[in-house]
Amino acid sequence: MINLERRKALKTGGGIGLLAILTSVGLIQPSNALATYEVIAFDAKSMNETLAALGVNTPEDSMSVHLTVPEIAENGAVVPVTVSSLIDHTEQIYILVEKNPNVLAANFTFPDGTESFVTTRVKMRETSMIIALIKANGKFYRTSKEVKVTAGGCGG
Amino acid sequence: MGNPMRIRASVQEGMTEVKVLMQHEMETGLRKDADGKLVPAWHITELKAVHNGKTVLEGQFGTAVSKNPYLVFRFKGGVSGEKISVNWVDNKGDTRSDEVEIS
Repeated sequence: MINLERRKALKTGGGIGLLAILTSVGLIQPSNALATYEVIAFDAKSMNETLAALGVNTPEDSMSVHLTVPEIAENGAVVPVTVSSLIDHTEQIYILVEKNPNVLAANFTFPDGTESFVTTRVKMRETSMIIALIKANGKFYRTSKEVKVTAGGCGG
Repeated sequence: MGNPMRIRASVQEGMTEVKVLMQHEMETGLRKDADGKLVPAWHITELKAVHNGKTVLEGQFGTAVSKNPYLVFRFKGGVSGEKISVNWVDNKGDTRSDEVEIS
């Protein structure tokens, strides 16, 4: 039976210091600890705020970043996105949806040996640019495409 | 423990491709229920895929990843029969771990 201390810790955890809390109540062993959840970046409400939270100054537009998205998404709740980076030493891929209430949708970290490629599906509230942001060798690169949304995807 | 994921992993010419379909409501916290009340945010926050003790992918999700998150990724190496595990944590502290053999 979960004890009250654990329950309280989990309840107040939210997203802040989630990792620390889960570790302290024994749900995650420190050796399995995932990277610190970027709460501030995921909470950011505008593109500028998001980029600032991620420590990005002026990402360079790059033809070596390939972004595959539909031109028109009939269902804004499920928009397929594929990002592939041909840039050497790509460490991270971030997927941003410019007009979403929270711009950052997801980010992925690629250890050596893993292809800098990912496919996932995101929700879009309305027609918007989708931006693929790449971090490679400490520098940021980007590309973007517009996706038209006929039925918004935040379930409101 | 969260709901089971479906994972397919196959290797071709030294590259293992992994496809994952997670089961999770991924509530944004912006949706209202039938009574007009906001349904609280509930979503996977972090995930990790492991092969032979090595992390092959890490990810962080915000609320805008679609319900029942789908993921495809590829890594070098992997041999038929070896195991891949995918693990996630959500914002309520729930976790899920599933494992599959590379085909």
